[in-house]
Amino acid sequence: MWKQFRVAMLLLFWMSLLTGVAYPLLTCAVAEAFFAEKAHGSLVRRDGRIVGSRLIGRWYEEGRYFWPRPSATGPGPYNGASSSGSNLGPLHADLAKGRAARQAALWEVDKGNRRAAPADLLTASGSGLDPHISPAAAAYQAERVAKARGLRGEQVEALIAAATEGRQFGILGEARVNVLELNLSLDDLQ
Amino acid sequence: MTGADGLQIVLFLGVLLAAVKPLGGYMATVLEGKPHPLRQWLKAVEDGLYWASGIRPEQSMPWRVYAGALLAFNLMGAIAVYGLLRWQAALPWNPQGLGNVEPHTAWNIAISFATNTNWQNYGGETTLGYFVQMAGLTVQNFLSAATGMAVLAALARGIAGRSTEGIGNFWADIVRSTLYVLLPLSLGLAIALVSQGVIQNLDAYQQTAHGQVLPMGPAASQVAIKQLGTNGGGFFNVNSAHPFENPTPLTNFLEMLAIVLIPAALCYTFGKMVGDTRQGWALLAAMMVLFLPLLAVALGSEYGGGGNWEGKEVRFGIANSVLWAVATTAASNGSVNAMHDSFTALGGLIPMFLMQMGEVVFGGVGSGLYGMAIFAILAVFLAGLMVGRTPEYLGKKIEAFDMKMVSVAVLAPPFCVLLGTAVAVTAPMGLSGLQDRGPHGFSEILYAFSSMGNNNGSAFAGYGANNVLVNTAGGLAMFLARYWVAVPVLALAGSLAGKKRLPAGAGTLPTHGALFVALLAAVVLVVGALAFLPALALGPVVEHLRS
Repeated sequence: MWKQFRVAMLLLFWMSLLTGVAYPLLTCAVAEAFFAEKAHGSLVRRDGRIVGSRLIGRWYEEGRYFWPRPSATGPGPYNGASSSGSNLGPLHADLAKGRAARQAALWEVDKGNRRAAPADLLTASGSGLDPHISPAAAAYQAERVAKARGLRGEQVEALIAAATEGRQFGILGEARVNVLELNLSLDDLQ
Repeated sequence: MTGADGLQIVLFLGVLLAAVKPLGGYMATVLEGKPHPLRQWLKAVEDGLYWASGIRPEQSMPWRVYAGALLAFNLMGAIAVYGLLRWQAALPWNPQGLGNVEPHTAWNIAISFATNTNWQNYGGETTLGYFVQMAGLTVQNFLSAATGMAVLAALARGIAGRSTEGIGNFWADIVRSTLYVLLPLSLGLAIALVSQGVIQNLDAYQQTAHGQVLPMGPAASQVAIKQLGTNGGGFFNVNSAHPFENPTPLTNFLEMLAIVLIPAALCYTFGKMVGDTRQGWALLAAMMVLFLPLLAVALGSEYGGGGNWEGKEVRFGIANSVLWAVATTAASNGSVNAMHDSFTALGGLIPMFLMQMGEVVFGGVGSGLYGMAIFAILAVFLAGLMVGRTPEYLGKKIEAFDMKMVSVAVLAPPFCVLLGTAVAVTAPMGLSGLQDRGPHGFSEILYAFSSMGNNNGSAFAGYGANNVLVNTAGGLAMFLARYWVAVPVLALAGSLAGKKRLPAGAGTLPTHGALFVALLAAVVLVVGALAFLPALALGPVVEHLRS
């Protein structure tokens, strides 16, 4: 029996070196050599400063920006240090309240718009860091943003189109609009 | 649901089924210790590991020795993880300076990763440094999956063996599964993931000009093996819903495929090792017979009423979120790309029930298939009772001792789940973490113990389960569910190995036809339903009727 434990300890040690040190470091080395920018988080820079990651959403609450989805991270929305969904059950009272409050806020910032917002704009994402909204959610906000910035509708639509990705290879996933890229391109315009 | 959604599901199933034969055949070659191209390359590493650890790979072990080696190895693994967690602050590669982990939390994590459960009572980015993630958790991701493959290989050898005592060498099985199957697949997947944007670095967390913190770390290498090894423990709190773990629809497709790839292919491996590949296909068919209708119900529920987007990510959409949820609970993976707690009542019931059926529809790497083989023996036993003949499976007579081991293995997980749930709902501390009251609150607790008591690891994450009671009871449930099944399976393997292999006669129930597939699926369904319908009625069923 003691012999089994000795083998167990030794094999665990060597396997830890192989799978716990050599394997991750080899992956790091390959990543560094071929995909360095992605391996370090697909960071977006302006004037040499990091302004975000194109994969991680950021919170916007002014009318002149496109709004991302609600986020349930704590203590504030889009806290990259603490990813989280709301995890509210389907019948939880806070779920309906949260949706109503979000819809009211969208109407408040966009006077005259009484259309119902697309579902993704009213619901918290799984990660709380979803970088995307649906094309419908972008279209829903286009007029408001154009008005707030004194831009023509076509200008904003062109920027939306540039920040939109279709289904990958035409099949996988969903069409989506990257909110950070879209808002940065709005700022770059002016 | 659109045609494009349906196409993605068909594509997923098509690629999966196409991979079964080539990968399954390769794994049989590896587990039988036969030569193959990769072995010529890595022979020196394999032999070096044997030499350095004092292993004689040609020595075939009787089942008691095999089980002893398994328990010793897994115990050492759990102790190592526990130690790393408790002394984290003193370890390198911890740029955030994350502190030592509490004893009860560390106990739960150690058992969780050693048993291939990967239940997470912590948030990765706020609790664990890179060294612990790599040298502690990633290592167990490999070794717990290899342990599952080893037990399956031992069972297959027990069935194929003729009046022998040995069921293989545990150490050689671990080394070969890791070196020739899990490592190369993980390395390939990790690099594919990085090419799409999954992070892989040892940097400190970045801060943007606006004060947003961006977590960093060696995620890709861990994500790859946690998907392939049916582990499921995420690098970050929200697992594969996190854009740094799963940034694009392509990474989602690959990670989802990785969940079920090895468990499905092992069916072919098993068939090959027992000398009749039709037997493996029959087990896989029974899995699909259960998988597809349950997937359809979950899809229907989540698409109902205009679609449930709460807790789901835009880039995946509803179809990929549901397909993932069903795959991750059918297999005992437990990673998530959407929050199951926010699924509709029926959409949440399906993942829960898939776990409760004992994690045999794909199930864990190795453990799913040995679980399914146990159910197959139960099915031939029931058929034998109907016609009054001694049951046989794959040429081996099934006798009293064998049926005792089968019964223990079938009953252990429901026992852990129901007892753990009962303890948690009667203790104030068990109820303290609930986010929802009423039926959904009960569902949260039932889901937690269904997950831990079947070594899955996914959660209704609204349930704050990081307290002394749930950590301790859950740790016990995970431990018993893993070894109270694995050890009887090894005993069964030993018992079968000692028997003569009989040729199939006129009275033998063929175990490769449609009739047997239907019987097997029905047995799995009925055993799961008998054990869990009363509990499900109190949770998701009530919730569904209220909505």
